[in-house]
Amino acid sequence: MEQTIPEVIRTVPLQYYVYFATALFAIGVTGVLTRRNAIIIFMCIELMLNATNVLLTAFSAYRADPNGQVFVFFIMAVAAAEVSVGLGIIVMIYRNFQNTDVNLLSRLKW
Amino acid sequence: MASIILLSVLGIANLFLGFLRSNRMLLPAAMVILLIVFGANLYDWNAPAQSYFNNMLTIDRFSVAFTGIVVLTTLLLLPFSQKYVRDNEANLAEYYSLLLFSLVGAIMMVSYDNLLMLFVGIEILSISMYVVAGSDKRNVRSNEASLKYFLMGSFATGILLFGIALVYGSTGAFQLSEIGMAVTNPANDSLRPMLYIGILLMLIGIGFKVSAAPFHYWTPDVYEGTPTFFAAFMSTVVKTAGFAAFLKLLVQAFPAAQGFWIPTIVAMCALTLLIGNVGAVAQQSVKRMLAYSSISHAGYLLIGLVAFNGELSGLSANGIFFYSLAYSIATIAAFAVLKLVHDQRQREDYDGLNGLARTNPLLAFVMTIAMLSLAGIPLTGGFFGKFFLFGAAVDKGYIGLVVFAVIMSMVGIYYYLRPIIAMYMKPADNEADTPIAVGGFQSAVLIALVVLTVVLGVLPGLVSGVL
Repeated sequence: MEQTIPEVIRTVPLQYYVYFATALFAIGVTGVLTRRNAIIIFMCIELMLNATNVLLTAFSAYRADPNGQVFVFFIMAVAAAEVSVGLGIIVMIYRNFQNTDVNLLSRLKW
Repeated sequence: MASIILLSVLGIANLFLGFLRSNRMLLPAAMVILLIVFGANLYDWNAPAQSYFNNMLTIDRFSVAFTGIVVLTTLLLLPFSQKYVRDNEANLAEYYSLLLFSLVGAIMMVSYDNLLMLFVGIEILSISMYVVAGSDKRNVRSNEASLKYFLMGSFATGILLFGIALVYGSTGAFQLSEIGMAVTNPANDSLRPMLYIGILLMLIGIGFKVSAAPFHYWTPDVYEGTPTFFAAFMSTVVKTAGFAAFLKLLVQAFPAAQGFWIPTIVAMCALTLLIGNVGAVAQQSVKRMLAYSSISHAGYLLIGLVAFNGELSGLSANGIFFYSLAYSIATIAAFAVLKLVHDQRQREDYDGLNGLARTNPLLAFVMTIAMLSLAGIPLTGGFFGKFFLFGAAVDKGYIGLVVFAVIMSMVGIYYYLRPIIAMYMKPADNEADTPIAVGGFQSAVLIALVVLTVVLGVLPGLVSGVL
């Protein structure tokens, strides 16, 4: 029997999606706060955004409400714009510092 | 509504002006565009509130008023881009267009009706700001500011989005009014913890954007490294739009949860006032002092949120409107003088202002009025800004918070008087003896800024009860 995608999503109980997304989000936050390489920090931020995407999709499927999945498309589109600007900034940093370690960024301090 | 379309279309047109050989057309073109947008925006003032794009955006008096502030701020700031324009010969049209596009984001933030538009608006504004923060490509300080702003800003976006997802999970809606109804009459009480965590994460996310403590730590670094012209834009437009969005969110989506978020905001407010004002005292650079001062003003504006009365009019919304206007005008004036001084003397510390009253009486006078307004001295707009916000909070019974804010604004007088003392009482260094070159149009705009500040301080009734 053919299952629709929301039905497939609903085969896993909702709370597992919440636990999974929260774990992904926590890994992302921990990474941002502890890692020192700009690119890794950036990857961790992407992880946080994707945790949100998982959560929105799961809620959306369980509520049979497409709004959540539309929101996911917007997040992906905006994240792509953010990636292009962010990598541009990181390349600019690399040109001037020959490194992407955020510990080098200590010229501006109180 | 017309303002969003006009800014998007004319912003693209402005981009094509970059193909012309001469860059002289860019600044007048951008200013004309902003004038048109300002007029088109005011045209909506008397129209009834109307929804656009399937209730994604609502244009009502609230959004027209705050759109007016951000467009006017940008308009008055643009003449000071001139020196900057001559220094960076390449890609000028892009920077003007980025400013125009970022205003589209700001307008979406003040008129959103759906959390999707809040997110998209914040991102349009922020992504443009990441780029302009690093616009001085070969300056390592500008690079650093750009990377810090980018990493912190997207981190905040991630937190905000996770909050939105949790609120969606517990209420089943992105539309502000539907969320408001679901929070008032929850279908399922067991989802309450998830809703509260979601609200908290959203507060943190927007708190980052408006630089409220304890999420303020990126602000001084970013403002100091960013070219002064863009730092002025960040500390006025981004803050105004951020607070309008904040107020709209709390009033329309979470009025029923106020028992939960008001104590949180009160704590953030007290901490922001403390850190902003005490931090500013210790600074040696005027630009960094202004960065801390912008944190402290976020604290005063948070008082307006504490005085929340459940609607987008009345004391709280009017107080935030008046304060944002007075703060924006004074901040542009201060940053404009600082930028003109920096362009010639290459210094941003207090001693760089020495003797300015003798070489350039106009600049010294403008800076003085700006500082007095930021400090909240009577006869300037800043005084009535604080007066209305404090009055709104006292009206709701937050006496302790207001007393604390008044004490903190006395601390503020100390660091706002330091530039005035440097300008009027200290002799200039020899090399700094030459007057600073100020264009005729720039002088006219500076005088206009002073006049606006004084008019707001003498006749506050002109705009105080408009919402």
